[in-house]
Amino acid sequence: MITVKDLTKRYARNTAVDHISFEIQKGQIVGFLGPNGAGKTSTMRMLTCFLPPTAGTATVAGFDVLEEPMEVKKRIGYLPETPPLYPEMMTGEYLSFVGSLKGLRGAELKQRIDYVSDRCSVADVRNKQLGKLSKGYRQRVGLAQAIIHNPEVLILDEPTSGLDPKQINETRDLIKSLAGDHTIILSTHILSEVEQICQQVIIISKGKLVATDTVDNLQGRSRGAESVFVEVAARNGQLDTSIVQGRLAKVRGVNRIVLKEQQPTHSRFEVETQKDEFVRGDLARAIVEAGWDLNELHSAAVSLEEIFLELTGTEAASVAKGEVVVTGAGQ
Amino acid sequence: MRNVWLIWRKEMRSYFVSPIAYILLLMCALIFGFFFWSLLQAYLQFSMEAQMRGEMFPMNMPEEITRRLLGNVPVTGLLIIPLISMRLFAEEKRTGTIELLTTSPIHDGEVILGKWLAATTMYCCLLFLSAINVAYLFFYSHPDWKPILVSYLGLVLQGAALLALGTFISTLTKNQIIAATGTFGLCLLIFVCGWVGEYNSETWARVLAYLSVSSHMDSFMKGTLDLKDAIYYVTVIVIGLFLTARSMESLRWRS
Repeated sequence: MITVKDLTKRYARNTAVDHISFEIQKGQIVGFLGPNGAGKTSTMRMLTCFLPPTAGTATVAGFDVLEEPMEVKKRIGYLPETPPLYPEMMTGEYLSFVGSLKGLRGAELKQRIDYVSDRCSVADVRNKQLGKLSKGYRQRVGLAQAIIHNPEVLILDEPTSGLDPKQINETRDLIKSLAGDHTIILSTHILSEVEQICQQVIIISKGKLVATDTVDNLQGRSRGAESVFVEVAARNGQLDTSIVQGRLAKVRGVNRIVLKEQQPTHSRFEVETQKDEFVRGDLARAIVEAGWDLNELHSAAVSLEEIFLELTGTEAASVAKGEVVVTGAGQ
Repeated sequence: MRNVWLIWRKEMRSYFVSPIAYILLLMCALIFGFFFWSLLQAYLQFSMEAQMRGEMFPMNMPEEITRRLLGNVPVTGLLIIPLISMRLFAEEKRTGTIELLTTSPIHDGEVILGKWLAATTMYCCLLFLSAINVAYLFFYSHPDWKPILVSYLGLVLQGAALLALGTFISTLTKNQIIAATGTFGLCLLIFVCGWVGEYNSETWARVLAYLSVSSHMDSFMKGTLDLKDAIYYVTVIVIGLFLTARSMESLRWRS
């Protein structure tokens, strides 16, 4: 459905997108992942014919973005980072304007407006001014305008940015429900979003393509080892973390132990195991036999987060060791 | 064509939903009303004095009043035109809605034409307020309507030409105030640059005088339709819209 080959965008001083190539099949939801300033928006703008590429080609539904922009534009629904709303228009009127722009008319236009306002749950604000809508509603009106002409391809630039957690979930569900009819590309810097919604991930960093694969493959590909979180507490008095660490290190199959949190009475560790070793039972036994309490023990699948940081550079990877990043980016 | 109409309708609506249209209408109604009233006062005075001396009043009063009234319109327009054209593109660039227009299956030319026509229509609405004053004269006398119509044609052409330049300047910035200031500066410059021709007849002065918008107004104001002057205004419109199209295209290459 979308084929991108050696796509490059150079601005006066920097190269925003550097020889990116990928292909997207029909009906898929693809996550376009990268830190801020990685070139996500530039790539999307080239696909929507807003920006012409400096070099390389991009075809959407078989039409080249430079050669036949009109045909491409007819087949694309685009939601920019800030929804392109006219604050003085009413929601219904706005949808009707965008629908007409996209070439709908008459009864078909009316029917599509009804359909999208229902689908994106904006029917109750149809007679409200766009400028007075809340952020969540604006985003949904933005989505409604993107799908009004039932485009084959839907391009969404950070569709959940700036929403509250409830709205984020609603928007994600909405996007997921659109998947069957449309090929969807959405950009984000939130990894859990990709894990939840997308089938395929394209990771870019500093304008370069870092990885493109299915979400499942990416998760499976990384390491294959397991991480186990344990919280150990002293039965009475102080807990000496170095003794605990020493004891745990003796368990067979343990690769590395990282102290995550230290309190006077209890500590949390992340235990990294060797490939294909099952150590949780041994860990638990070792802790209990040594006379400590085992407060918590659970295995953590390697998240996309870590893969992402691993792939997008060493500098970022060191930050990943602090827990703040992991939880912060998670929701 | 359908898309031009679509953009025109959207622009007209946004003029009339925001206070800007009403403020401009009120402003023009007051200004034209004042011009008309003061001119009428002056001519009534003259004619009364003439009658008291037992002479015939030597002028055709209604025509004299319309000519002077309409003669004031270009200067008023100079102040008003930047306010009409400033938001056309600057506002869309600021709110990001320009991205919607440029990623929709609609040609840049249709967007530009729709916007410029809407601005010109808005200007015509303001001109119409001066026509109300002129209409009074028809109630109480029988002025020749043809020269008046020609004058209005000239005013519309001049407005449309300056608005085309204003549309262009509006594509250069996200800031409406900068767009208005730039437009005002440019319009004023090409309005007054003809003045050098009044006391200087060297070639460059004559060229400047020809380029000035004000020098082409005289024939219209006298009620004569001069094709040469009409062509001048049409040329300015074409240049303005052409520059707008270039600038809109370059938006994509630069942004």
